[in-house]
Amino acid sequence: MEIARDTLLGMYRRMVRIRQFELAASDLFKRGQVKGAIHTYIGQEASGVGVCMALKKDDLIAGTHRSHGHNIAKGAEPKKMFAEILGKETGYCKGRGGSMHIAAFETGSLGALAVVGAGIPIAVGAAMGFKMQGQKRVAVPFIGDAGSNTGNWHEGLNMASIWKLPVVFVLENNHYGVSTNIRYSTNIDDLSIRAQSYGIPGVRVDGFDVIAVYEAACEAVEKARRGEGPILLVTESYRFDGHYSGEPEVYRSREEVQEYRKNDPIPRFKNYLIDKKKVSSAELATIDKEVKKEIAEAIQFAQESRQPDPSTATDYIYT
Amino acid sequence: MGKIEKDSVSLGKISVSMPPDLIKQVEDGTPATELSYQEAIREALREEMVRDERVFLIGEDIGKHGGAFGVTRTLFDQFGPERVRNTPISENTIAGAATGAALVGMRPVAEIMFVDFSGLAMDQICNQAAKLRFMTGGQCKIPWVIRMAQGGGAGKSTAAQHSQSLEVWYAHIPGLKVVLPSTPYDAKGLMKAAIRDDNPVIFLEHKMLYSFRGLVPDEDYALPLSKCDIKREGKDVTVITSGYMVWHAMMAAKELANEGIDVEVVDVCTVSPLDEQTIGNSAKKTGRVVLVAEACRSYGPAGEWGMVVMERAFEYLHSPIVRVTGRHSPIPFADSIENGVWPGTVDVVKAIKKVMQY
Repeated sequence: MEIARDTLLGMYRRMVRIRQFELAASDLFKRGQVKGAIHTYIGQEASGVGVCMALKKDDLIAGTHRSHGHNIAKGAEPKKMFAEILGKETGYCKGRGGSMHIAAFETGSLGALAVVGAGIPIAVGAAMGFKMQGQKRVAVPFIGDAGSNTGNWHEGLNMASIWKLPVVFVLENNHYGVSTNIRYSTNIDDLSIRAQSYGIPGVRVDGFDVIAVYEAACEAVEKARRGEGPILLVTESYRFDGHYSGEPEVYRSREEVQEYRKNDPIPRFKNYLIDKKKVSSAELATIDKEVKKEIAEAIQFAQESRQPDPSTATDYIYT
Repeated sequence: MGKIEKDSVSLGKISVSMPPDLIKQVEDGTPATELSYQEAIREALREEMVRDERVFLIGEDIGKHGGAFGVTRTLFDQFGPERVRNTPISENTIAGAATGAALVGMRPVAEIMFVDFSGLAMDQICNQAAKLRFMTGGQCKIPWVIRMAQGGGAGKSTAAQHSQSLEVWYAHIPGLKVVLPSTPYDAKGLMKAAIRDDNPVIFLEHKMLYSFRGLVPDEDYALPLSKCDIKREGKDVTVITSGYMVWHAMMAAKELANEGIDVEVVDVCTVSPLDEQTIGNSAKKTGRVVLVAEACRSYGPAGEWGMVVMERAFEYLHSPIVRVTGRHSPIPFADSIENGVWPGTVDVVKAIKKVMQY
């Protein structure tokens, strides 16, 4: 599959944007500027970017508590995201959602739903709506490995399969549900075989390789768009940070994390672009620099924004 | 309440002979048809599906079978399998899929057979649908209705997992509206309003009422989703109630009228948001209040209504508020004990006499 140069550079920019966003968000959290909790997507950038670059703007994604990366991959602006995690009125959700609930409907992100697996039924319903309306749109719920052990998973995949709904279920195996390794909580190694019990295709790709994810996602999305029914796409990756920023990580060894970090998707893609696509390292360094500036400006925008007025505490409950 | 009493054991049987003219809601001369509560809901669904192609039904066994209580019967033949969508047994995904479809511009009406089963869908209803608009800062709306049958009555013997009254589960959650109609007229008008509303609405249908008949206007109408309805005006005592208990309150009022006690019956047909004003005004007018709810007593609807009376009308009260409720018990199977957990007309009469004598 020949991928346009602009698309490749767009992927790189989004991956770097996610990484920079997450590093800065963790830093703000450690300095006490971000309240609540931060669940970073560091290490998984190739998965979200590879999938979202295969989508059209009006295709919908549903996220999880760990969805900063999904939102940026789908096109969300860092400044409105920082404003949201800092609890500002200028944030995507006007400070009502915070880190775990960033939704950017204008980019096709219908919400980050912080109960594991909850996005599955909602994405299935959105796809049902598309089909009833005769629209050729696709719905993509992002699910962690642990989400595939919930009832949402079984009900949702089953329902999507019987009605051949245009859903691409993206199961991002980062190996841990909080502290529990998927090898412990599941009796299979290859999560993509779960698709077999619903009579739908299950595809497994290297989630550190953005090109592999993108190619598999393009195929899955087009199949779903053609009306051939849902597909399961498993991206094998790893969460470099703890479950949340600052978490002690007593359940895994430093060596294990170091081993996975050798596979960091960003340097890997950088090398690929330089070696195979004749992109100059100077051009990539320029992107790095532009993103760094964008992130710094975004943080400043967020810091200078106001928190919601206390009198608006109960706005947006009902229409 | 509290003890199983001989006279309350017969109460369930009163229900089947409750006179339909006990509640009159249609003016003489208005073109109207007599429908059952079940038919009234069905006609509301049918008319809204004809009026708006975004409206569709989703739920277990709602197709040819017509739903557990026959409410959707004939709709499958009229609208086909896409718009009367039979599902696997998957309550959580029925609710979640309704939310997803609503987010992209559809107006789903889902059926969960019994409110007792809705625990399986609790996350999608209470954490997702109820909060999505709020936590996204108003970026979306969720115009769905979830219908569920609830409640019980003597002689039904559907036992502990098919008989509960659980409106407070949902009334406790900001972001949801909760409806519990007591008559065919209300059922049709409130269902239309629920479908046209842009918020998630829990629509509870009382099982004992499906066969109740009453006049329903032929022309299109919708009732507000924000009001209590005064089913009977009276000057001596206010009974605040809802669902099937409205009928017990009306029976009690009829009986007490012979003794010169003039009872006002306030029907909390929209449970949430609660129309505190109508409750407060009625309590101020009569100065005596009896609360009648089928749900379990502890943390139940009656406690909430009573507090509204305290906040709005305390200085007008001539007697303490009395509540008549279901006991804090699962619903038993055998008739002899089933009757012991629900209140009935006799209990309402007794409570009214108590506040009148204070």
